[in-house]
Amino acid sequence: MGRAILSASRDLAPIITVIGLFQILVLRQPFPELLSILAGLGLVIIGLALFVVGLDIGLFPLGESLAEEFARKGSLIWLLVFAFALGTGTTVAEPALIAVTREGARAAAEAGLIENASHAIDRFAIGVRLTVALSVGFAIVLGVMRILRGWSLPILIVSGYLLVMLMTVFAPKEIVGLAYDSGGVTTSTVTVPLVTALGVGLARTIRGRDPLTDGFGLIALASLTPMIFVLLFGLIVL
Amino acid sequence: MLLLATAKDVLPVLGLLVIFQTLVLKKAIARPGRIIFGFCCVLLGMACFLGGLDLALFPIGRSMALQLTERAQNDGLVTWTAYGWIYLFAFLVGFSTTIAEPSLIAVAHKAHEASRQAISAWGLRIAVAIGVAVGIAMGTFRIVTGTPLYFYIMVGYVVVIIQTAFAPKMIIPLAYDSGGVTTSTVTVPLVAALGLGLASNVPGRSPVMDGFGLIAFASLFPIISVLGYAQLVQWIVRRRKH
Repeated sequence: MGRAILSASRDLAPIITVIGLFQILVLRQPFPELLSILAGLGLVIIGLALFVVGLDIGLFPLGESLAEEFARKGSLIWLLVFAFALGTGTTVAEPALIAVTREGARAAAEAGLIENASHAIDRFAIGVRLTVALSVGFAIVLGVMRILRGWSLPILIVSGYLLVMLMTVFAPKEIVGLAYDSGGVTTSTVTVPLVTALGVGLARTIRGRDPLTDGFGLIALASLTPMIFVLLFGLIVL
Repeated sequence: MLLLATAKDVLPVLGLLVIFQTLVLKKAIARPGRIIFGFCCVLLGMACFLGGLDLALFPIGRSMALQLTERAQNDGLVTWTAYGWIYLFAFLVGFSTTIAEPSLIAVAHKAHEASRQAISAWGLRIAVAIGVAVGIAMGTFRIVTGTPLYFYIMVGYVVVIIQTAFAPKMIIPLAYDSGGVTTSTVTVPLVAALGLGLASNVPGRSPVMDGFGLIAFASLFPIISVLGYAQLVQWIVRRRKH
Protein backbone atom coordinates (compact mmCIF):
# COMPACT_ATOMS: atom_id res chain seq x y z
CA MET A 1 0.00 0.00 0.00
CA GLY A 2 2.88 2.34 0.81
CA ARG A 3 4.31 1.83 -2.66
CA ALA A 4 0.89 2.34 -4.24
CA ILE A 5 0.49 5.69 -2.44
CA LEU A 6 3.95 6.75 -3.58
CA SER A 7 3.25 5.97 -7.22
CA ALA A 8 -0.21 7.59 -6.99
CA SER A 9 1.45 10.79 -5.76
CA ARG A 10 3.84 10.62 -8.70
CA ASP A 11 0.93 10.15 -11.12
CA LEU A 12 -0.87 13.18 -9.74
CA ALA A 13 2.14 15.48 -9.40
CA PRO A 14 1.88 16.87 -12.98
CA ILE A 15 -1.76 17.98 -12.78
CA ILE A 16 -1.24 19.52 -9.33
CA THR A 17 1.81 21.41 -10.62
CA VAL A 18 0.01 22.68 -13.74
CA ILE A 19 -3.05 23.97 -11.84
CA GLY A 20 -0.87 25.46 -9.09
CA LEU A 21 1.49 27.27 -11.47
CA PHE A 22 -1.31 28.70 -13.59
CA GLN A 23 -3.15 29.95 -10.53
CA ILE A 24 -0.06 31.69 -9.12
CA LEU A 25 1.88 32.81 -12.21
CA VAL A 26 -0.72 33.47 -14.90
CA LEU A 27 -3.91 34.38 -13.08
CA ARG A 28 -1.98 35.71 -10.03
CA GLN A 29 -4.62 34.65 -7.55
CA PRO A 30 -4.38 32.99 -4.14
CA PHE A 31 -6.02 29.61 -3.60
CA PRO A 32 -9.55 29.80 -2.22
CA GLU A 33 -10.18 27.42 0.68
CA LEU A 34 -6.69 25.96 0.82
CA LEU A 35 -7.65 23.50 3.55
CA SER A 36 -10.40 21.77 1.57
CA ILE A 37 -8.09 21.61 -1.47
CA LEU A 38 -5.41 19.86 0.56
CA ALA A 39 -7.96 17.44 2.01
CA GLY A 40 -9.24 16.76 -1.51
CA LEU A 41 -5.74 16.06 -2.80
CA GLY A 42 -5.18 13.59 0.03
CA LEU A 43 -8.40 11.81 -0.93
CA VAL A 44 -7.43 11.72 -4.62
CA ILE A 45 -4.06 10.12 -3.86
CA ILE A 46 -5.52 7.51 -1.49
CA GLY A 47 -8.31 6.80 -3.98
CA LEU A 48 -5.94 6.22 -6.90
CA ALA A 49 -3.70 3.98 -4.78
CA LEU A 50 -6.71 1.89 -3.65
CA PHE A 51 -7.92 1.63 -7.26
CA VAL A 52 -4.57 0.31 -8.50
CA VAL A 53 -4.35 -2.23 -5.66
CA GLY A 54 -7.94 -3.37 -6.35
CA LEU A 55 -7.10 -3.69 -10.04
CA ASP A 56 -4.28 -6.12 -9.31
CA ILE A 57 -6.14 -8.35 -6.90
CA GLY A 58 -9.73 -7.94 -8.15
CA LEU A 59 -10.51 -6.80 -11.69
CA PHE A 60 -7.55 -8.24 -13.59
CA PRO A 61 -7.65 -11.78 -12.11
CA LEU A 62 -11.44 -11.87 -12.52
CA GLY A 63 -11.32 -10.84 -16.18
CA GLU A 64 -8.60 -13.35 -16.96
CA SER A 65 -10.23 -16.25 -15.11
CA LEU A 66 -13.54 -15.55 -16.88
CA ALA A 67 -11.77 -15.63 -20.25
CA GLU A 68 -10.05 -18.89 -19.37
CA GLU A 69 -13.23 -20.58 -18.23
CA PHE A 70 -15.18 -19.50 -21.29
CA ALA A 71 -12.40 -20.81 -23.50
CA ARG A 72 -12.28 -24.10 -21.61
CA LYS A 73 -16.05 -24.54 -21.72
CA GLY A 74 -15.89 -24.02 -25.47
CA SER A 75 -19.36 -22.49 -25.78
CA LEU A 76 -19.08 -19.79 -28.42
CA ILE A 77 -22.70 -18.62 -28.11
CA TRP A 78 -22.46 -17.94 -24.38
CA LEU A 79 -19.15 -16.16 -24.78
CA LEU A 80 -20.65 -13.87 -27.41
CA VAL A 81 -23.79 -13.26 -25.30
CA PHE A 82 -21.54 -12.35 -22.40
CA ALA A 83 -19.44 -10.04 -24.62
CA PHE A 84 -22.56 -8.26 -25.88
CA ALA A 85 -24.06 -7.90 -22.39
CA LEU A 86 -20.78 -6.57 -21.00
CA GLY A 87 -20.44 -3.96 -23.75
CA THR A 88 -24.05 -2.81 -23.78
CA GLY A 89 -24.69 -3.05 -20.05
CA THR A 90 -21.69 -1.03 -18.96
CA THR A 91 -22.21 1.68 -21.58
CA VAL A 92 -25.92 2.44 -21.32
CA ALA A 93 -25.66 4.06 -17.87
CA GLU A 94 -22.26 5.73 -18.41
CA PRO A 95 -22.52 9.29 -16.94
CA ALA A 96 -20.17 10.85 -19.53
CA LEU A 97 -22.31 9.39 -22.33
CA ILE A 98 -25.53 10.70 -20.77
CA ALA A 99 -23.99 14.19 -20.55
CA VAL A 100 -22.68 14.18 -24.13
CA THR A 101 -25.92 12.90 -25.69
CA ARG A 102 -27.96 15.50 -23.80
CA GLU A 103 -25.70 18.30 -25.11
CA GLY A 104 -25.86 16.81 -28.58
CA ALA A 105 -29.66 16.66 -28.56
CA ARG A 106 -29.79 20.30 -27.49
CA ALA A 107 -27.43 21.24 -30.33
CA ALA A 108 -29.58 19.33 -32.82
CA ALA A 109 -32.71 21.09 -31.59
CA GLU A 110 -31.07 24.48 -31.85
CA ALA A 111 -29.99 23.72 -35.39
CA GLY A 112 -33.59 22.88 -36.21
CA LEU A 113 -32.98 19.22 -37.01
CA ILE A 114 -35.49 18.04 -34.45
CA GLU A 115 -38.38 19.82 -32.81
CA ASN A 116 -37.20 22.26 -30.12
CA ALA A 117 -39.37 20.80 -27.37
CA SER A 118 -38.23 18.91 -24.30
CA HIS A 119 -39.92 15.61 -25.21
CA ALA A 120 -38.35 15.59 -28.68
CA ILE A 121 -34.94 16.43 -27.21
CA ASP A 122 -35.24 13.67 -24.60
CA ARG A 123 -36.30 11.15 -27.19
CA PHE A 124 -33.40 12.04 -29.44
CA ALA A 125 -30.89 11.87 -26.54
CA ILE A 126 -32.14 8.43 -25.47
CA GLY A 127 -32.09 7.24 -29.06
CA VAL A 128 -28.44 8.22 -29.46
CA ARG A 129 -27.58 6.70 -26.08
CA LEU A 130 -29.17 3.33 -26.94
CA THR A 131 -27.48 3.41 -30.35
CA VAL A 132 -24.10 3.92 -28.69
CA ALA A 133 -24.74 1.16 -26.12
CA LEU A 134 -25.73 -1.33 -28.84
CA SER A 135 -22.71 -0.37 -30.90
CA VAL A 136 -20.36 -1.05 -27.99
CA GLY A 137 -21.98 -4.46 -27.44
CA PHE A 138 -21.51 -5.18 -31.13
CA ALA A 139 -17.87 -4.00 -30.91
CA ILE A 140 -17.00 -6.36 -28.05
CA VAL A 141 -18.65 -9.28 -29.91
CA LEU A 142 -16.70 -8.42 -33.06
CA GLY A 143 -13.48 -8.05 -31.05
CA VAL A 144 -13.93 -11.42 -29.34
CA MET A 145 -14.63 -13.07 -32.73
CA ARG A 146 -11.46 -11.47 -34.03
CA ILE A 147 -9.39 -12.95 -31.20
CA LEU A 148 -10.94 -16.40 -31.73
CA ARG A 149 -10.59 -16.42 -35.52
CA GLY A 150 -7.38 -14.41 -35.75
CA TRP A 151 -8.76 -11.70 -38.06
CA SER A 152 -6.50 -8.75 -38.78
CA LEU A 153 -7.22 -5.74 -36.57
CA PRO A 154 -5.69 -3.09 -38.89
CA ILE A 155 -8.01 -4.19 -41.71
CA LEU A 156 -11.07 -3.93 -39.44
CA ILE A 157 -10.04 -0.54 -38.04
CA VAL A 158 -8.93 1.00 -41.33
CA SER A 159 -12.10 -0.06 -43.14
CA GLY A 160 -14.04 1.35 -40.18
CA TYR A 161 -12.24 4.67 -40.60
CA LEU A 162 -12.97 4.71 -44.32
CA LEU A 163 -16.63 4.08 -43.54
CA VAL A 164 -16.65 6.97 -41.02
CA MET A 165 -15.05 9.28 -43.60
CA LEU A 166 -17.56 8.28 -46.25
CA MET A 167 -20.54 8.70 -43.90
CA THR A 168 -19.27 12.07 -42.69
CA VAL A 169 -19.76 13.38 -46.22
CA PHE A 170 -23.43 12.37 -46.29
CA ALA A 171 -24.52 12.77 -42.65
CA PRO A 172 -26.13 16.02 -41.42
CA LYS A 173 -23.34 18.37 -40.33
CA GLU A 174 -24.83 18.88 -36.87
CA ILE A 175 -24.51 15.25 -35.84
CA VAL A 176 -20.89 14.79 -36.94
CA GLY A 177 -19.38 16.42 -33.82
CA LEU A 178 -21.63 14.37 -31.52
CA ALA A 179 -20.81 11.16 -33.39
CA TYR A 180 -17.04 11.75 -33.16
CA ASP A 181 -17.21 12.55 -29.46
CA SER A 182 -19.42 9.60 -28.58
CA GLY A 183 -16.57 7.26 -29.55
CA GLY A 184 -14.37 8.64 -26.83
CA VAL A 185 -16.75 8.65 -23.90
CA THR A 186 -17.99 5.07 -23.97
CA THR A 187 -15.27 3.27 -22.07
CA SER A 188 -15.42 3.77 -18.31
CA THR A 189 -12.80 3.21 -15.67
CA VAL A 190 -14.25 -0.11 -14.53
CA THR A 191 -14.95 -1.44 -18.03
CA VAL A 192 -11.50 -0.79 -19.49
CA PRO A 193 -9.52 -3.03 -17.11
CA LEU A 194 -12.14 -5.81 -17.31
CA VAL A 195 -12.36 -5.77 -21.10
CA THR A 196 -8.58 -5.57 -21.47
CA ALA A 197 -8.08 -8.50 -19.08
CA LEU A 198 -10.76 -10.46 -20.97
CA GLY A 199 -9.02 -9.92 -24.30
CA VAL A 200 -5.53 -10.68 -23.05
CA GLY A 201 -6.85 -13.72 -21.13
CA LEU A 202 -8.58 -15.10 -24.24
CA ALA A 203 -5.53 -14.57 -26.42
CA ARG A 204 -3.35 -16.27 -23.82
CA THR A 205 -5.62 -19.32 -23.51
CA ILE A 206 -6.18 -19.96 -27.21
CA ARG A 207 -3.30 -21.67 -28.95
CA GLY A 208 -1.58 -19.69 -31.67
CA ARG A 209 -2.65 -16.28 -30.33
CA ASP A 210 -0.28 -13.75 -28.84
CA PRO A 211 -1.50 -11.74 -25.80
CA LEU A 212 0.02 -8.52 -27.13
CA THR A 213 -0.94 -8.56 -30.82
CA ASP A 214 -4.28 -10.40 -30.42
CA GLY A 215 -5.34 -9.53 -26.87
CA PHE A 216 -5.55 -5.77 -27.34
CA GLY A 217 -7.94 -4.03 -29.73
CA LEU A 218 -11.30 -4.46 -27.97
CA ILE A 219 -11.26 -0.88 -26.67
CA ALA A 220 -10.31 0.40 -30.12
CA LEU A 221 -13.34 -1.28 -31.68
CA ALA A 222 -15.53 0.03 -28.84
CA SER A 223 -14.41 3.58 -29.68
CA LEU A 224 -14.88 3.17 -33.43
CA THR A 225 -18.30 1.53 -33.79
CA PRO A 226 -20.22 4.25 -31.87
CA MET A 227 -19.12 6.78 -34.52
CA ILE A 228 -20.42 4.56 -37.34
CA PHE A 229 -23.68 3.75 -35.55
CA VAL A 230 -24.40 7.35 -34.51
CA LEU A 231 -23.71 8.63 -38.04
CA LEU A 232 -26.05 5.92 -39.32
CA PHE A 233 -28.64 6.96 -36.73
CA GLY A 234 -28.31 10.53 -37.98
CA LEU A 235 -28.73 9.45 -41.60
CA ILE A 236 -31.87 7.44 -40.85
CA VAL A 237 -33.63 9.63 -38.27
CA LEU A 238 -32.79 13.17 -39.38
CA MET B 1 -23.19 9.79 -1.42
CA LEU B 2 -20.30 9.36 -3.82
CA LEU B 3 -19.80 5.80 -2.69
CA LEU B 4 -23.42 5.20 -3.63
CA ALA B 5 -22.98 6.80 -7.05
CA THR B 6 -19.87 4.71 -7.72
CA ALA B 7 -21.63 1.59 -6.51
CA LYS B 8 -24.33 2.30 -9.10
CA ASP B 9 -21.59 2.22 -11.75
CA VAL B 10 -19.94 -0.94 -10.51
CA LEU B 11 -22.95 -3.01 -9.45
CA PRO B 12 -24.34 -3.76 -12.95
CA VAL B 13 -20.94 -5.09 -13.99
CA LEU B 14 -20.67 -7.12 -10.82
CA GLY B 15 -24.22 -8.47 -11.27
CA LEU B 16 -23.46 -9.50 -14.83
CA LEU B 17 -20.29 -11.31 -13.74
CA VAL B 18 -22.07 -13.13 -10.92
CA ILE B 19 -24.94 -14.22 -13.20
CA PHE B 20 -22.60 -15.65 -15.83
CA GLN B 21 -20.35 -17.24 -13.25
CA THR B 22 -23.16 -19.09 -11.50
CA LEU B 23 -25.64 -19.82 -14.31
CA VAL B 24 -23.44 -20.33 -17.35
CA LEU B 25 -19.99 -21.30 -16.18
CA LYS B 26 -21.43 -23.08 -13.11
CA LYS B 27 -18.18 -22.82 -11.29
CA ALA B 28 -17.12 -20.96 -8.16
CA ILE B 29 -14.45 -18.31 -8.71
CA ALA B 30 -11.01 -19.11 -7.44
CA ARG B 31 -10.20 -17.24 -4.21
CA PRO B 32 -13.53 -15.36 -3.98
CA GLY B 33 -12.56 -13.49 -0.81
CA ARG B 34 -9.57 -11.91 -2.44
CA ILE B 35 -11.50 -10.88 -5.54
CA ILE B 36 -14.34 -9.39 -3.52
CA PHE B 37 -11.79 -7.50 -1.45
CA GLY B 38 -10.24 -6.23 -4.70
CA PHE B 39 -13.64 -5.09 -5.96
CA CYS B 40 -14.22 -3.23 -2.70
CA CYS B 41 -10.82 -1.54 -3.11
CA VAL B 42 -11.77 -0.42 -6.63
CA LEU B 43 -15.16 0.85 -5.43
CA LEU B 44 -13.76 2.73 -2.45
CA GLY B 45 -10.81 3.99 -4.48
CA MET B 46 -13.03 5.38 -7.25
CA ALA B 47 -15.28 7.10 -4.68
CA CYS B 48 -12.31 8.74 -2.91
CA PHE B 49 -10.71 9.66 -6.24
CA LEU B 50 -13.82 11.32 -7.69
CA GLY B 51 -14.76 12.97 -4.39
CA GLY B 52 -11.25 14.35 -4.00
CA LEU B 53 -11.19 15.65 -7.58
CA ASP B 54 -14.49 17.44 -6.98
CA LEU B 55 -13.10 19.00 -3.83
CA ALA B 56 -9.62 19.95 -4.97
CA LEU B 57 -9.03 20.09 -8.71
CA PHE B 58 -12.24 20.43 -10.70
CA PRO B 59 -13.64 23.72 -9.26
CA ILE B 60 -10.32 25.51 -9.61
CA GLY B 61 -9.56 23.96 -13.01
CA ARG B 62 -12.99 24.88 -14.36
CA SER B 63 -12.86 28.48 -13.14
CA MET B 64 -9.34 28.70 -14.54
CA ALA B 65 -10.50 27.57 -17.98
CA LEU B 66 -13.32 30.14 -17.90
CA GLN B 67 -11.08 32.98 -16.67
CA LEU B 68 -8.45 32.30 -19.30
CA THR B 69 -11.00 32.28 -22.11
CA GLU B 70 -12.67 35.44 -20.78
CA ARG B 71 -9.35 37.24 -20.60
CA ALA B 72 -8.60 36.41 -24.19
CA GLN B 73 -11.85 38.07 -25.16
CA ASN B 74 -11.28 41.15 -23.01
CA ASP B 75 -7.90 41.77 -24.59
CA GLY B 76 -9.88 42.58 -27.69
CA LEU B 77 -7.42 40.86 -29.99
CA VAL B 78 -9.01 38.82 -32.74
CA THR B 79 -5.95 37.09 -34.18
CA TRP B 80 -5.48 33.48 -33.20
CA THR B 81 -2.03 34.20 -31.69
CA ALA B 82 -3.68 36.18 -28.89
CA TYR B 83 -4.72 32.90 -27.31
CA GLY B 84 -1.17 31.77 -26.44
CA TRP B 85 -1.89 31.10 -22.77
CA ILE B 86 -4.95 29.07 -23.67
CA TYR B 87 -3.00 26.81 -26.03
CA LEU B 88 -0.32 26.33 -23.38
CA PHE B 89 -2.97 25.59 -20.74
CA ALA B 90 -4.72 23.14 -23.08
CA PHE B 91 -1.45 21.34 -23.81
CA LEU B 92 -0.41 21.08 -20.16
CA VAL B 93 -3.86 20.07 -18.90
CA GLY B 94 -4.10 17.42 -21.63
CA PHE B 95 -0.71 15.99 -20.67
CA SER B 96 -1.08 16.07 -16.91
CA THR B 97 -4.66 14.77 -16.69
CA THR B 98 -3.73 11.84 -18.95
CA ILE B 99 -0.86 10.86 -16.66
CA ALA B 100 -3.39 10.72 -13.79
CA GLU B 101 -6.02 8.75 -15.78
CA PRO B 102 -6.80 5.43 -14.00
CA SER B 103 -7.88 3.50 -17.14
CA LEU B 104 -4.61 4.33 -18.87
CA ILE B 105 -2.67 3.15 -15.81
CA ALA B 106 -4.56 -0.15 -16.08
CA VAL B 107 -3.91 -0.63 -19.81
CA ALA B 108 -0.23 0.33 -19.55
CA HIS B 109 0.16 -2.13 -16.69
CA LYS B 110 -1.41 -4.91 -18.76
CA ALA B 111 0.66 -4.04 -21.84
CA HIS B 112 3.85 -4.22 -19.81
CA GLU B 113 2.87 -7.67 -18.58
CA ALA B 114 1.55 -9.01 -21.93
CA SER B 115 4.67 -7.88 -23.82
CA ARG B 116 6.87 -9.73 -21.31
CA GLN B 117 8.30 -6.42 -20.09
CA ALA B 118 9.26 -5.29 -23.63
CA ILE B 119 6.94 -2.27 -23.46
CA SER B 120 7.61 0.14 -20.64
CA ALA B 121 4.44 1.27 -18.85
CA TRP B 122 5.84 4.78 -18.33
CA GLY B 123 7.03 5.14 -21.91
CA LEU B 124 3.58 4.21 -23.16
CA ARG B 125 1.81 6.57 -20.77
CA ILE B 126 4.07 9.48 -21.69
CA ALA B 127 3.57 8.81 -25.42
CA VAL B 128 -0.21 8.78 -24.93
CA ALA B 129 -0.10 11.92 -22.77
CA ILE B 130 1.88 13.81 -25.42
CA GLY B 131 -0.71 12.74 -28.00
CA VAL B 132 -3.59 14.00 -25.85
CA ALA B 133 -1.72 17.25 -25.13
CA VAL B 134 -1.17 17.97 -28.84
CA GLY B 135 -4.74 16.89 -29.58
CA ILE B 136 -6.35 19.22 -27.03
CA ALA B 137 -4.13 22.12 -28.09
CA MET B 138 -5.08 21.54 -31.75
CA GLY B 139 -8.72 21.25 -30.71
CA THR B 140 -8.69 24.63 -28.98
CA PHE B 141 -6.94 26.09 -32.03
CA ARG B 142 -9.77 24.70 -34.14
CA ILE B 143 -12.42 26.31 -31.94
CA VAL B 144 -10.59 29.66 -32.08
CA THR B 145 -10.11 29.62 -35.84
CA GLY B 146 -13.50 28.04 -36.54
CA THR B 147 -12.17 25.56 -39.09
CA PRO B 148 -14.34 22.47 -39.64
CA LEU B 149 -13.85 19.48 -37.34
CA TYR B 150 -14.10 16.78 -40.00
CA PHE B 151 -11.13 18.26 -41.87
CA TYR B 152 -8.76 17.62 -38.93
CA ILE B 153 -10.21 14.20 -38.17
CA MET B 154 -9.92 13.05 -41.79
CA VAL B 155 -6.29 14.19 -42.05
CA GLY B 156 -5.64 12.41 -38.73
CA TYR B 157 -7.16 9.18 -40.06
CA VAL B 158 -5.03 9.33 -43.20
CA VAL B 159 -1.91 9.76 -41.03
CA VAL B 160 -2.94 6.76 -38.86
CA ILE B 161 -3.56 4.61 -41.95
CA ILE B 162 -0.12 5.46 -43.39
CA GLN B 163 1.58 4.85 -40.04
CA THR B 164 -0.18 1.49 -39.69
CA ALA B 165 1.56 0.31 -42.85
CA PHE B 166 5.03 1.08 -41.48
CA ALA B 167 4.85 0.73 -37.68
CA PRO B 168 6.00 -2.46 -35.88
CA LYS B 169 3.15 -5.02 -35.95
CA MET B 170 3.17 -5.69 -32.21
CA ILE B 171 2.32 -2.12 -31.23
CA ILE B 172 -0.65 -1.56 -33.56
CA PRO B 173 -3.53 -3.03 -31.45
CA LEU B 174 -2.20 -1.31 -28.34
CA ALA B 175 -1.89 2.03 -30.15
CA TYR B 176 -5.49 1.80 -31.38
CA ASP B 177 -6.63 0.97 -27.85
CA SER B 178 -4.82 3.92 -26.32
CA GLY B 179 -7.10 6.27 -28.24
CA GLY B 180 -10.15 5.03 -26.35
CA VAL B 181 -8.80 4.92 -22.82
CA THR B 182 -7.48 8.44 -22.57
CA THR B 183 -10.69 10.29 -22.10
CA SER B 184 -12.50 9.45 -18.91
CA THR B 185 -12.76 10.56 -15.30
CA VAL B 186 -10.02 13.18 -15.05
CA THR B 187 -9.69 14.53 -18.58
CA VAL B 188 -13.30 14.97 -19.72
CA PRO B 189 -14.59 17.41 -17.05
CA LEU B 190 -11.63 19.79 -17.39
CA VAL B 191 -11.44 19.59 -21.16
CA ALA B 192 -15.20 20.05 -21.55
CA ALA B 193 -15.02 23.21 -19.41
CA LEU B 194 -12.24 24.54 -21.62
CA GLY B 195 -14.15 23.82 -24.84
CA LEU B 196 -17.36 25.32 -23.52
CA GLY B 197 -15.60 28.43 -22.17
CA LEU B 198 -13.81 29.00 -25.46
CA ALA B 199 -16.85 28.45 -27.62
CA SER B 200 -18.95 30.90 -25.59
CA ASN B 201 -16.24 33.60 -25.41
CA VAL B 202 -14.69 33.59 -28.87
CA PRO B 203 -16.73 35.92 -31.08
CA GLY B 204 -18.76 34.08 -33.70
CA ARG B 205 -18.69 30.63 -32.04
CA SER B 206 -21.70 28.92 -30.55
CA PRO B 207 -21.17 26.65 -27.54
CA VAL B 208 -23.55 23.99 -28.84
CA MET B 209 -21.97 23.74 -32.28
CA ASP B 210 -18.28 24.35 -31.56
CA GLY B 211 -17.97 23.00 -28.02
CA PHE B 212 -17.89 19.48 -29.42
CA GLY B 213 -14.89 17.79 -30.87
CA LEU B 214 -12.22 18.17 -28.19
CA ILE B 215 -12.80 14.59 -27.02
CA ALA B 216 -12.51 13.38 -30.61
CA PHE B 217 -9.13 15.10 -30.87
CA ALA B 218 -8.01 13.55 -27.58
CA SER B 219 -8.95 10.08 -28.86
CA LEU B 220 -7.27 10.40 -32.26
CA PHE B 221 -3.89 11.97 -31.51
CA PRO B 222 -2.67 9.37 -28.96
CA ILE B 223 -2.90 6.72 -31.73
CA ILE B 224 -0.54 8.81 -33.86
CA SER B 225 1.85 9.49 -30.98
CA VAL B 226 2.02 5.86 -29.79
CA LEU B 227 2.62 4.59 -33.35
CA GLY B 228 5.22 7.35 -33.75
CA TYR B 229 6.91 6.39 -30.48
CA ALA B 230 7.16 2.74 -31.62
CA GLN B 231 8.53 3.82 -35.02
CA LEU B 232 11.13 6.00 -33.30
CA VAL B 233 12.25 3.14 -31.05
CA GLN B 234 12.44 0.80 -34.05
CA TRP B 235 14.49 3.33 -36.01
CA ILE B 236 16.94 3.83 -33.11
CA VAL B 237 17.38 0.06 -32.67
CA ARG B 238 18.02 -0.40 -36.40
CA ARG B 239 20.57 2.42 -36.47
CA ARG B 240 22.47 0.91 -33.57
CA LYS B 241 22.74 -2.42 -35.38
CA HIS B 242 24.39 -0.87 -38.43
